[in-house]
Amino acid sequence: MIADQLPALQVALPLIAAPFCVFLRRPLPAWGWAMAVTMACLGMAISLLLAVLHGGPISYHVGDWDPPWGIELRVDMLTAFVLVLVSGIGALVMAYARESVRAEIPSERHALFYAMYLLCLTGLLGMTITGDAFNLFVFLEISSLSTYAMVGLGKGRQALLAAYNYLILGTVGATFYVLGVGLLYMITGTLNMADLAERLPAVANTRTFVAAAGFLAVGLSLKLALFPLHKWLPPAYAHAPSVVTAFLASTATKVSLYVLIRIFVEVLAPAFRAAHLPGPLSEGDVVTILALVAMFSGSFVAIFQADAKRMLAYSSVAQIGYMVLGVSMLTVTGLSAGLVHMFNHAIIKATLFLAVGCVFLRIGSVQVKDMAGLGKRMPLTMAAFVLGGLSLIGIPGTGGFVSKWQLVMGAFEKGWWWAALLIGLSSLLAVVYVWKVVEVAYFKPAPKDAPPVKEAPISMLVPLALIALCNLFFGLQTDWSLGVARAAAASLLGGGTP
Amino acid sequence: MSWEEVIGLANYWLFILLMMIGFYMVISRGNLVKKIVGLNIFQSAVCLFYISMGVVKDGTAPILDSHFTVYTNPLPSVLILTAIVVGVATTAVGLALVVRIKEAYGTIEEDELLKIESEDGE
Repeated sequence: MIADQLPALQVALPLIAAPFCVFLRRPLPAWGWAMAVTMACLGMAISLLLAVLHGGPISYHVGDWDPPWGIELRVDMLTAFVLVLVSGIGALVMAYARESVRAEIPSERHALFYAMYLLCLTGLLGMTITGDAFNLFVFLEISSLSTYAMVGLGKGRQALLAAYNYLILGTVGATFYVLGVGLLYMITGTLNMADLAERLPAVANTRTFVAAAGFLAVGLSLKLALFPLHKWLPPAYAHAPSVVTAFLASTATKVSLYVLIRIFVEVLAPAFRAAHLPGPLSEGDVVTILALVAMFSGSFVAIFQADAKRMLAYSSVAQIGYMVLGVSMLTVTGLSAGLVHMFNHAIIKATLFLAVGCVFLRIGSVQVKDMAGLGKRMPLTMAAFVLGGLSLIGIPGTGGFVSKWQLVMGAFEKGWWWAALLIGLSSLLAVVYVWKVVEVAYFKPAPKDAPPVKEAPISMLVPLALIALCNLFFGLQTDWSLGVARAAAASLLGGGTP
Repeated sequence: MSWEEVIGLANYWLFILLMMIGFYMVISRGNLVKKIVGLNIFQSAVCLFYISMGVVKDGTAPILDSHFTVYTNPLPSVLILTAIVVGVATTAVGLALVVRIKEAYGTIEEDELLKIESEDGE
């Protein structure tokens, strides 16, 4: 039965399909092939979600080796939710990529670019679906290596330096992760996540366990770009091709957050409860403080950026702070706020970066000062940008409002009124930097000698409009986003399977 | 900690030393190629750590035969085979980027690159 093999195909299809892009060589067939593959991935992710909703979690044994000896692919509701998010954004950005890539990357490299894109998608889907801690590292590196290459394809030589720095920090992060997994393997003799969660509480009071948790936390936070380990993110996002920025900003950091939740809330949390950790600050408090600092420093630095892509990149650092803050509450409301913000922020940042990509295609610059008068000259693109911006701030009726509201509720539930206050304050900072763009685009007339600017081509506008409307849709219809997040959070914290 | 314990943990001391040498090189060296060399040492240290933790005293390779009863755990070695492949790929991508940086900037020294960057007005 093909349906039984879906979890494996979800990862194997883009992996096997990637080299074919290189064989096809010419830009148009390579794009067509990659488009078909990403659509197929989205189809599989949706059918997996439906299967999980009706029949409960799926456990797939690779090569028919039973876990914990063999590699297990595990699909529960949260996994399926993230799979749909990643492959959905992947398909949407791919539809948009045709025109944008033609303008930004020399044509002889198009086929290679699409191959990299599929490999990156493979890695992200694999990280999401796997139930094996070491297997996760392999997928992490597949996605990271292709990401370094894609960032390096950006226009201008700064892209190369950004890619190099990302490579160094990304590899250090991944190696820390392997080291943490190795230490866990040393004390438990297993790599299967569910099995680890069962065996760890018995050995939680060892120094090895604490060291492992430390290495895992630092390694994953580097990948997640949690403050203060975010230094690689702004240059990489600012100099990568527009398509790559939109794809990475809305998927790569989200998958890292998902992995962090899997490892810490599902695998390590039972052991933490069993351990007697010394010290006045628990590990949760440290994370909460870092998340709060990220929220402010990211937004604050974003205000002073002249480059729109760099500004949005710093805003991402701040938004990661919101998500991690939600997770660090370790309550159902808080965790579901983190998860739903992960979902909404993926949509928000995809909207904003795709809109900026359209602007770059038409005026050849992403400096805020060059965007004067664009509100009239590219009305649809800028309307999408404004919609994304409103959602980023958290205006009622948009997706961003739902998740911030949930986050504030979580803070009150814990009695953290100061956290709720800080969430409100840092949202005001978001108003400032979004307004900076809006002011220039709508209220500053275009310079007299400016060349005429057309609206972006239809093949880019349609995906942009779709994702922009998602902001409104998920602001009003919250069953699919918040409902799933809440159920997933309850099952993660409940310790049982949904 | 007794002297026997210190000696008994020799492989871990070595691994920590190597790892720190590699990490220090990544941080302190200004030459982009040397940084990658440091990264390699850093990764090799983790490889050594994995392999040495799987070793069983007087153990042989895990071959099914009546002569052998004590086996070394093969799983860490297998995992490290994968990690070595990943490390080679990382080195290749990193060196390729360094070549492109040399072509684009004419230097691979970090301080000179930063100077060029600030002159570019970034």
